[in-house]
Amino acid sequence: MSGHSTYEPKSAVGKWFESRLPIMGLIHSSFVVFPNPRNLNYFWTFGGILAFMLVAQIITGVVLAMHYTAHADMAFNSVELIMRDVNYGWMLRYLHANGASMFFIAVYVHIFRGLYYGSYKAPREVLWILGVIIFLLMMATAFMGYVLPWGQMSFWGATVITNLFSAIPGVGEVIVSYLWGGYSVSNPTLNRFFSLHYLLPFMIAGVVVLHIWALHVPGSNNPSGIEKKTDKDVLPFHPYFTVKDAFALSCFLMVYVWFAFYIPNFLGHADNYIEANAAVTPSHIVPEWYFLPFYAILRAIPDKLLGVLAMFGSIAIMVVVPWLDSSKVRSGNYRPVFQIFFWLFAINAVILGWLGSKPPEGMYVVASRICTVYYFAYYILVLPLLGLFETPKSLPASIADSVLGRGGSGSAMASGAASSPSTKG
Amino acid sequence: MKSIKTLIAVVALAGLASGAAYAQSHEREIPPRVTWSFSGPFGTYDETQLQRGFKVFHEVCSNCHSLNKIAFRTLAEQGGPGFSKEQVTALAATFKVKDGPNDAGDMFERPARPADFWPAPFPNKQAAAAANGGAAPPDFSVIAKARTYERGFPWFVFDIFTQYQEQGVDYIASLLPGYEEAPAGVTVPDGKYYNKYFPGNVISMPPPLQDGAVTYLKGADGKPQAPETVQQYAKDVAAFLMWAAEPHMEQRKEIAFRVLVFLLVFAGLLYFTKKKIWANVEGHA
Repeated sequence: MSGHSTYEPKSAVGKWFESRLPIMGLIHSSFVVFPNPRNLNYFWTFGGILAFMLVAQIITGVVLAMHYTAHADMAFNSVELIMRDVNYGWMLRYLHANGASMFFIAVYVHIFRGLYYGSYKAPREVLWILGVIIFLLMMATAFMGYVLPWGQMSFWGATVITNLFSAIPGVGEVIVSYLWGGYSVSNPTLNRFFSLHYLLPFMIAGVVVLHIWALHVPGSNNPSGIEKKTDKDVLPFHPYFTVKDAFALSCFLMVYVWFAFYIPNFLGHADNYIEANAAVTPSHIVPEWYFLPFYAILRAIPDKLLGVLAMFGSIAIMVVVPWLDSSKVRSGNYRPVFQIFFWLFAINAVILGWLGSKPPEGMYVVASRICTVYYFAYYILVLPLLGLFETPKSLPASIADSVLGRGGSGSAMASGAASSPSTKG
Repeated sequence: MKSIKTLIAVVALAGLASGAAYAQSHEREIPPRVTWSFSGPFGTYDETQLQRGFKVFHEVCSNCHSLNKIAFRTLAEQGGPGFSKEQVTALAATFKVKDGPNDAGDMFERPARPADFWPAPFPNKQAAAAANGGAAPPDFSVIAKARTYERGFPWFVFDIFTQYQEQGVDYIASLLPGYEEAPAGVTVPDGKYYNKYFPGNVISMPPPLQDGAVTYLKGADGKPQAPETVQQYAKDVAAFLMWAAEPHMEQRKEIAFRVLVFLLVFAGLLYFTKKKIWANVEGHA
């Protein structure tokens, strides 16, 4: 997708085809000879992991859809039939349900990596915004997927979240009735959510293509945050990064397997094994773990409309991050003060997640408000101001120099490795 | 830099811990842990325990509770109570199920077959509620996964590694013998009972089990396989309900181990391949 292809088909058929549709050349230039910065660390393997997870979710999901019945009276039972009587149905369902969580773990590492190393900065703004769009689509897909088993948490989660839209002045009620297909969460809601849950992953796949396309224009950012300049700074994608990505993916899959096969219900909620019942409200309505930080922000604000705005704003604000951050230096490795605020931000996000799982009362609300203020302050105050006041460490002259320990800051890589993000929320 | 990060981490952890302590003081009584044969990465169901648990369910629980999603045939499937096909066929035949319409257009009753699902004790939810003081007894098919108690921080983090996921069965095993006199100051409405493990402590179900209510098979020594006590009945029926909720658990854990060993070897090979490929790159290990 970048540069001209050096691909030369060897066979006659290959030449014939390539002159008509040069797709092999495109793949060759994008994923074989594509020059990647040589210093990418393991946080850069999560893009590949995410691509794998998307494909895995689509494959397990398509097969599950062959056995699932999207009807309010039958959905719960059809899921249990999948678990009991479909050959390896339990495996498909547990892989799919836990796959959603793994997808989010990977995307959060991916996002925090981007935030730490300044991957959103010019010339990668469009790449970053496409990523935010993918994240939003993922959230919509995951939310609607969680409704499909039609358990208590499915039903009441859907009720709470769809009701949020009623806070929009003027058109709110209309939007909600379109989401519901009626006057409450009921069979039409389940039907349209199933339809959209099947549609959105393919939209994600489409935006992922744009995301990779936008990535291959400037190429990957890297831990030093300096652009590649010469051939010494880069290595071809294959075999150097294919083997590295494959190793990282295998390690990631071990975590996935641990959850999906050993503790498949750990990340779920017991109430979702009770069939949906409009007459009984669960004592705590809690979304899936990956929504908890945003749920905490929603509930931190006493006004419904403002709460909804804050919740959506907490994601929307990521779109303008490239213009909020005033620092000329990309990588957090060379920004000592930034590192403190960044890690506070990461811990803050984890605490917000924990608060989102707690009832909105007493000190939990107070803590949620403090954390919400810091969440927004990081974007609105810290990123714009820090760049003006902070004195960054001196940058190495090139990527090759940063690897080989020459130039401006000889120990940059060592300290960079020690301070690179290792525990992500 | 290091010390600042450590400080941040300590403050964050302290905040979480105090929050957890606050949450803990508002909870109902935590069910004690039971040692289950099916816990852990190599856990398997104890066939004789499942058979005893089934007997308790059949003779006591099933008078009020349905088991809608379990077909008779599953009782003879691998990784379950291990009844023989003949036993299951004979058991099914003791039940009558409604079938039809036949060629004349009439519904009729016939003896159940192994392919039939466990017949519910009441024709519908309203009938179940009416016969039980207004509270319909819940279906038992997935109840071992539908009940839990809050673990709180940091225990839920440790559970990832210890694979503790038996909150539901532990709760059931505690709930059934968990009836007591209500403490002073707590009034229990008529037709309700006090149970220290039930959320809110007021439960509609009367104490379902009594010592000696279910006769267990005798072992070679002429004594019952297990003590005929409420505690033992509760554990056995809880184990049975865990199987009912997760009939493919044994297969799942077996496959898990094989997949993990494969991935471990595969990742190891990839690691050394990666090292080899990167060995000629200056500045990389």
